[in-house]
Amino acid sequence: MTGPREQFRPDDHPNDHFLMTTVVGSYPKPKWLHRARDMYEDDDRDFTEEHFAEAKDDASRLITDEHERSGLDVVCDGEMRRNEMVEYFAHRIDGYEFNGRVKVWGHNYFDKPSVVDEVGYDQEWLISEYEFTADVAETPVKVPITGPYTLASWSFNEVYDSEEQLAYELADLVNEEIEGLVEAGARYIQIDEPALATTPDDHAIVGECLERIVADVPDDVRLGLHVCYGDYSRIYPEILDYPVHEYDLELANGDYEQLDVFTDDEFTKDFAMGVTDAHVAEVESVEQIKENIKKGLQVVPPERLTVSPDCGLKLLPREVAYGKMENMVQAAREIEQELDAGDIDVGAVASADD
Amino acid sequence: MTRVVATTPGLYPLPDWAKDDLSDLKGHQKDDLISGSESEAITDAYDRARTEVIDRQQEAGLDRVVEGQLRWDDMLAHPLAVADDVEMRGIVRYYDNNNFYREPVVTGGLTATGDVAAELDAASEQVGGGLQAVLPGPYSLADLATDDHYGDEAAFLDAIADFLADEAGQFPDVETLFLLEPSLVENPPGDGPDARASEAIDTVAGAVDADVVAHTYWGALEEKVYAHLMDAAVDAIGFDLVSDHDQNTYNVQEYGTKDSVALGLVDGQNTLVESPETIRERIDWFDDQTNGDYDTVYATSNTELFYLPVNKFEAKLDALANAAELEEVEA
Repeated sequence: MTGPREQFRPDDHPNDHFLMTTVVGSYPKPKWLHRARDMYEDDDRDFTEEHFAEAKDDASRLITDEHERSGLDVVCDGEMRRNEMVEYFAHRIDGYEFNGRVKVWGHNYFDKPSVVDEVGYDQEWLISEYEFTADVAETPVKVPITGPYTLASWSFNEVYDSEEQLAYELADLVNEEIEGLVEAGARYIQIDEPALATTPDDHAIVGECLERIVADVPDDVRLGLHVCYGDYSRIYPEILDYPVHEYDLELANGDYEQLDVFTDDEFTKDFAMGVTDAHVAEVESVEQIKENIKKGLQVVPPERLTVSPDCGLKLLPREVAYGKMENMVQAAREIEQELDAGDIDVGAVASADD
Repeated sequence: MTRVVATTPGLYPLPDWAKDDLSDLKGHQKDDLISGSESEAITDAYDRARTEVIDRQQEAGLDRVVEGQLRWDDMLAHPLAVADDVEMRGIVRYYDNNNFYREPVVTGGLTATGDVAAELDAASEQVGGGLQAVLPGPYSLADLATDDHYGDEAAFLDAIADFLADEAGQFPDVETLFLLEPSLVENPPGDGPDARASEAIDTVAGAVDADVVAHTYWGALEEKVYAHLMDAAVDAIGFDLVSDHDQNTYNVQEYGTKDSVALGLVDGQNTLVESPETIRERIDWFDDQTNGDYDTVYATSNTELFYLPVNKFEAKLDALANAAELEEVEA
């Protein structure tokens, strides 16, 4: 057993084996929430901050429920209150300003913020989001939070001598937020560091950031790291030294081409494997997802496998996103039954009690 | 006495209205990007945007004016994106940035399209003097592309150089040609290819009757690559003083440079706007370090400017132009 995982097994879990099912975080917003934002941002409309807050609460309730209906063991609210994974946080951190959109590729832009003063912790980022979701959810809630390395890399740095220094300063703020989340009751926190995949040579910087983040976080809090769309051979097995329990990695998109990266060197932590593609608008069948889950069992034994989509689902049509979650849960439950019955030969070395 | 010429390496951000209009007109997927056969509405939007960025450079008082390369969806790979016998495939990372372009795969013999020349023709109607052309350097374009036709690296580089030379041969009169060669730094050529990279630059430079600058960025060239580049028949080599001033000045101290230089003095990838005084100090510092008595110093941003939001991009144009002015007043 690695990490505080058993606390997420539902009381009425039907099988002896437990493949924890969860999501990465983002989920398509209801169309009316986009409309509410447009109205809120339109000065000519009498649509107040309170109105918009009510709309976001409603969306959070709705999508949390949608996650629970799909049968997931650990849910979130689909990040209904967040607009983008860097912008959302930069708006809440002292020292940031926004100057306008910049190109990512083609006609895809993002409002890349600038650090123009020393960064500081001003207002809470996610604590009220967590409290609200935990309040409406029956199942445990996971909190995805953008990591400091990504917050630093995807900003303009006008102040600090290096991006590394900025990342460390931001790591201290993430640590402060996580302390608040833990105090509010959060027991499962996922740090998102997609920028690591783009600059793999910086894995030691991400490691140092994580050391700062986990300082004083109690042992019963499960910590995950999400990385996606990169060449994992350039960061693995080095990342196994990070002070987290679980790695959430995108692999369905590349049709598990990189799976052998994780079997060549023993995967010594928990493995949250992407079993459905977040960028294909077609729901994979239960059978297909079961085949994908079995690939994960080549890497880790069942008690260390978490089942998850590749990445946030927000770019998919909502019914497709729901279908993927539902089939994923169904597939996980069927695999558990087959494991209970001894019908599946587990490829990964059975875990010692480490 | 040194003449300071304020300019930029081009590849500008689209004006914000054009970001909206063109994403509505074109779409967000990779098949929606520029192919060389745009609708009239799209062409009109680009014409209007080009006119605006030329006006803005003239308002700033830059000594060289570019057309802005606003149509270059695939950044430096653009000349291939509009060419025949090139397949634009998946989205791949653009150097070490959070930016992506479509991978051009050359599947047949390359022929020039006149696409870049057409933009310059349009710009020339608006620019009396000081029009500057921008092209990817042949080594960088070959590095960004994949060869599925020529069969070996040397033949492919030669073909790319000939292709770019044919494009350049169609240009209207331009004062300056910037050849952008970041790959010489980012993915340096080894023994043999380093000499060929310089010869390829010669091929392109020879196609225009203009001052040619081979501009490098994202660090400094390896010594041997620099020594070979010195053999190329260009008027100036460009140095990125923002990312690595020490190694760049070392190269000049050790191997000399051309009679003119281009200096990357403002950061094309950071919103912090350098003051004209700071820019001027950087020129003076480089002069001191290299005992330079240069005919011309091209004062420029180190990189392309599309990484910036529009307000900061414009502020950088003003700062560069004002730095050149400052020098003239003090001289």
